Amino acid sequence: MDRRKFLQTSGLTIAAAGFGISPWAARAADAPIKVGVLAPLTGVVASGGKEMVEGVQFFFEKQGNKVAGRPIELVIEDDGSNPDTSIQKARKLVEQGKVDFLIGNLLANTGLAVANYVKGTGTPYFIPIIAADDLTQRDRIKNVIRVAGYSASQFAHPLGDWALKKGYKKIVTVGQDYTFGHEQCGGLAQVFTEGGGQIVQQFWHPLNTADFSPYLGQIANMQVDAVFAMETGADATRFITQYASFGLKGKIPLLGAMNATDQSVIRTLGEECEGIVSAAHFAEGSDNPATAAFVKEYTAKYSKTPSLYGFSMYSGVMWVSKAIETLKGKLDDRSAFIDTVLKTELDNSPLGKTVKLDEYGNPIYDVYIREVKKAPNGKFWNVPVETYPAVSQFWKYDPATYMKQPPYSRNFQGIKKT
Amino acid sequence: MSNITASPAIGAPRSLSTGAIITALAVITVAALLPLMLSTYHLGLATEVLIFGLLAMSIDILAGFAGRTSLGHGAIFGVSTYVVVYAVMTAGLSPLVACLLGVLAATALGAVFGLLAVRTSGVYFLLLTLALGMIVWGICLRWTQVTGGENGLRGAIRPALLSDYRAFYWMVLAVTAVLSLAIWRFVRSPFGLTLRGIRDSDSRMRSLGYDVSLHLFIGFTVSGLFAGAAGAMYALFNSFVSPSTVAVSQSVEALLMTIAGGVGTLFGAFVGSAAIIALENIASSYTERWQTVLGVTFILIMIFAPEGIVGTIRALVARLKH
Repeated sequence: MDRRKFLQTSGLTIAAAGFGISPWAARAADAPIKVGVLAPLTGVVASGGKEMVEGVQFFFEKQGNKVAGRPIELVIEDDGSNPDTSIQKARKLVEQGKVDFLIGNLLANTGLAVANYVKGTGTPYFIPIIAADDLTQRDRIKNVIRVAGYSASQFAHPLGDWALKKGYKKIVTVGQDYTFGHEQCGGLAQVFTEGGGQIVQQFWHPLNTADFSPYLGQIANMQVDAVFAMETGADATRFITQYASFGLKGKIPLLGAMNATDQSVIRTLGEECEGIVSAAHFAEGSDNPATAAFVKEYTAKYSKTPSLYGFSMYSGVMWVSKAIETLKGKLDDRSAFIDTVLKTELDNSPLGKTVKLDEYGNPIYDVYIREVKKAPNGKFWNVPVETYPAVSQFWKYDPATYMKQPPYSRNFQGIKKT
Repeated sequence: MSNITASPAIGAPRSLSTGAIITALAVITVAALLPLMLSTYHLGLATEVLIFGLLAMSIDILAGFAGRTSLGHGAIFGVSTYVVVYAVMTAGLSPLVACLLGVLAATALGAVFGLLAVRTSGVYFLLLTLALGMIVWGICLRWTQVTGGENGLRGAIRPALLSDYRAFYWMVLAVTAVLSLAIWRFVRSPFGLTLRGIRDSDSRMRSLGYDVSLHLFIGFTVSGLFAGAAGAMYALFNSFVSPSTVAVSQSVEALLMTIAGGVGTLFGAFVGSAAIIALENIASSYTERWQTVLGVTFILIMIFAPEGIVGTIRALVARLKH
């Protein structure tokens, strides 16, 4: 009932959340800015969805629910972890709720569905969680901007490079068999093989795999230097636990996609997750003062270390709010709004570093190579061990050339033929 | 034998009375005037009500008139949606040709389902169609090169002529009205009468010399055609398709619309579809537990109006007349 609580405490008129029609026909300068938040509050990824909403609420509450002098009115809709429902809810927020912009969605298919809808309406749509590469690459839509988000293969590229530097020669990948998995594994595989490494084998398994022993049994005898695991949610929890119980932990180094060691996963884990290396823009165990302060405040409020979901949505609305401040709260001109967001550089985010967007609406980050270590409170968190400065979604490739190669898929992993 | 869905609301076939014609014309006129009164969002919902109403009606052909409750119609519907989106976006065909191909694909799939399912009845029919639907869903999910896998297919596929939401609504209304009339005519034809005979007792029909399997097969195929037409319109409506469109939940939702409206009432499908879509969208504004609200509503309908909304109203009207 987080949402109800919020509605009560926010003290905002929430008539628009009902079925009625917004009473504000004309927008005065102090009329509220309507923010349409789409998050999966039911369905398979509901726990992540709740943290997304928390991130948004946390930011606006700290702002006194005002940006550029205009009150903020949140309209939160459940996308049900389902693309059809997502389109329906997006339609409702845009056509009936008349929101100034949309933000959110978690699963790639829900984000792609909403992106396809806003392509027609021109509504600004921000996607801090949706990682589908092509939304800011080959199939870019100008009003869809990945503020504070990342494209799936963006951090896998530097991780591949780090694996080379570490002296790994042979890697096996285990990944969830869907686009997000293909893109992350592809990012790592391309950089790693182009640098002389070898991808010995790639295992693809369906989402919600209960038993990883068929893969782990083979991996144990493959004589590889490292394993790359592209897992999310419950799959990640199970993979990490089973990796340890197979006795592979400590024997073969485990590299993970950033989702595999996200707080939403390792929060519930013990020592079995220690030592996993991943690459990401955010590391909750960083000693950067801005990050530390954010983690402390968030933990105090929600009694848990912030995950990717909470952090990304928090930074995402912060980014958009900064653009609104620049525009002095005038959002009527949508193309000006979109251009301003694209030009906005975020300097006061929990990352503690200035971040800007590339020409395609995807952020350029200093990417950390992170290792899971024990936090002072006895739980585990990700601590940066190395930094790759200014990593864009195109890594070191020329954007035009890069986009000429096919998108990463099960059949195309960018593996260099030897 | 298979009378689990036999509805007492259906009497002998009636000829088209003047009252019925006037009612139908009045309903269509009101529906045609809706775009002048509703906002774009509400009109979008109304469009969806029509599309899903047609799908629920196609299920009612089997559930209400042949005594066979299908849980595979979501898959038939969704395959048409897939074919339309694929044909326009990847094969570059015109939307009209794509829609025809979609309906054709759905009809063919209906025929395949029919071939496999006609031997069964009752709960076995339910389970078999459920399993067939799951296979389709599995294919759509895993055949990534063609179906786009989890992410699905998307793109602007609506022709420019129908890009206006009002024009699109009127198109859907016209198609739905014509097809509903066709369904109505179909179930009242001698063929439809035979289906009803099969519903009431297939062993008796068999001993009277009717080819029960053939009738059910044709019934299933025709039902697939209408589900496919709904699916093609859904493709134009959403310009997007993903495995959730062919998932079991889609079949279940459509069946629930049929049941909520009243099995065997035919036009109850639209009432059921309107009730469920309205509930989904209103309840979700107030609580994230809207699915619970939906569930409770169904339980209440099952207890207090097992014949569905339209079925119950008909029964009440009949009681008042006497």
